[in-house]
Amino acid sequence: MATGILQVKAISGHAGAPPGRGVQREEEVCKYIDVTTCIGCKACEVACVEWNDMPFQQTTFDNTYQTMPSTAWNYWNLIKFNEYQKDDGSLMWLMRKDQCMHCEDPGCLRACPADGAIVQYTNGIVDFQQENCIGCQYCVSGCPFDIPKFNGTTKKVYKCTLCSDRVGQGLEPACIKSCPTGCLKFGTKTDMRALADKRAQQLREHSGFPNAGVYDPPSVNGTHVIYVLHDITHPERYGGLPANPQIPVTYTLWKRVAKPIGLLMALFAAPVAFFHYITEGPKEAQPPSPGFGEPRPPEGERPQ
Amino acid sequence: MSTVVHTGELLRHPVYTRVLHWSVAIFFILSLLSGFAIYSPWLFHGLTAIFGGGPMTRLLHPWFSLGFVISFALQILNWIEPMTWTADDRRWLRRLKAYVSNEETLEPEYVDFFNAGQKLYFWAIVVSALVFFVSGIPMWFPRTFGRTVVAISYVLHDLAALVMLIGFIIHVYEGTAAQPGTFTSMTRGTVEKRWAWTHHPAWYRRVTGRDPRADYEQALRRLAERRRDA
Repeated sequence: MATGILQVKAISGHAGAPPGRGVQREEEVCKYIDVTTCIGCKACEVACVEWNDMPFQQTTFDNTYQTMPSTAWNYWNLIKFNEYQKDDGSLMWLMRKDQCMHCEDPGCLRACPADGAIVQYTNGIVDFQQENCIGCQYCVSGCPFDIPKFNGTTKKVYKCTLCSDRVGQGLEPACIKSCPTGCLKFGTKTDMRALADKRAQQLREHSGFPNAGVYDPPSVNGTHVIYVLHDITHPERYGGLPANPQIPVTYTLWKRVAKPIGLLMALFAAPVAFFHYITEGPKEAQPPSPGFGEPRPPEGERPQ
Repeated sequence: MSTVVHTGELLRHPVYTRVLHWSVAIFFILSLLSGFAIYSPWLFHGLTAIFGGGPMTRLLHPWFSLGFVISFALQILNWIEPMTWTADDRRWLRRLKAYVSNEETLEPEYVDFFNAGQKLYFWAIVVSALVFFVSGIPMWFPRTFGRTVVAISYVLHDLAALVMLIGFIIHVYEGTAAQPGTFTSMTRGTVEKRWAWTHHPAWYRRVTGRDPRADYEQALRRLAERRRDA
């Protein structure tokens, strides 16, 4: 990253070592989402659409605050509104900002057959490169969070970039910048995880949410977008957040191991056929054509 | 549109069969190449280039396959009768080793229009084409079927492709180098009589009304006479 290259190594006329020498840069970024302080204002949605210059997406009305059922190819960030009735009968809003989770082990990337259509940066951002996308939509079935969305006109798949264009220039993602309550934060993975753990502890100890916890699922080696949830034991209440997100074995074991072995085994038929010809020879129609296989006349009898 | 049958030849495949066979073959090879482009990263750049890049390969592949499925469906209807499995085919399979090692030069007298090996290849293609078709639809319209169905279809599609690839390699070998005289049956539509009594004696008996073994021995005698005269 540009800021990394411009770290000062030596300074003229400076007493002592350059400040910051030996400092280790933590490269992995993370988006922190505290759903307990989200007010559902949708500022992040607007910021996302504006920064990414998306065409208008028609909203739907189903008698709730939900403006559309799911994210779309041109709508990468959507608040999921869920009314949840607590045990005492009182109502509770569970609002979750839904977007790409930027998995450390991304199912979309594993599923994708097109060279360079999906990349993962060292900072953890998983990014689609539409110029290399062939539109097969394997990524859609590889993703445990139902994030990649297909555009039938361009025949390409799109999703949240975690504002890789902004982050690359040292800026925070657009959604973070717009959040009025501070429920969205952006920083290194270590910092955000520590902050999330602290907030969850606070919720457990002081706010009456004994099951509060951090959603950073280990089944995909953690994510670069983490949630603080009131109740970590029931993530599915937050608009279908999977408790144990899984990449189909089709895209792990089968694709990496069985497919290449299978292809080599199938292609093995070609040398088998070739060496069958060399060793056994062709099966001729009988009797062979006149002239074929006739004994050669002895040396002296050959026509001169 | 007709087939010219010269003296000493028999009509093996009429025009309709040949046109179907080569339609199936062309669509099959196009599907195979475009499919294996997406199958492996090692084949991706080499094979997508043939079809004008990755997106075009992805776009064309299901249409090639549809062409294959339709023309092969017609071929199934065309061949269902001669491809029916019989007790003779079970007998034939028991001597598969002798067949592969060319131990016997003449096929057993019960081998009719197709031998059991050809039938096995045909039915393997029927089954894998069906698997291809059924698993291909969710992959073509993934939003309708959901991620689990697509993920399962993906494996089935691969397995069908591998079965077909093995069968295809053997089929091409058997139809060309392994058995001289076979290839013309699918191009000009005819085979030599001696090819027929060698490889498909029961069929020879049916279409000529003659004894394949007797005709073979007569040809052998005639060849010996000609050698003596020379």
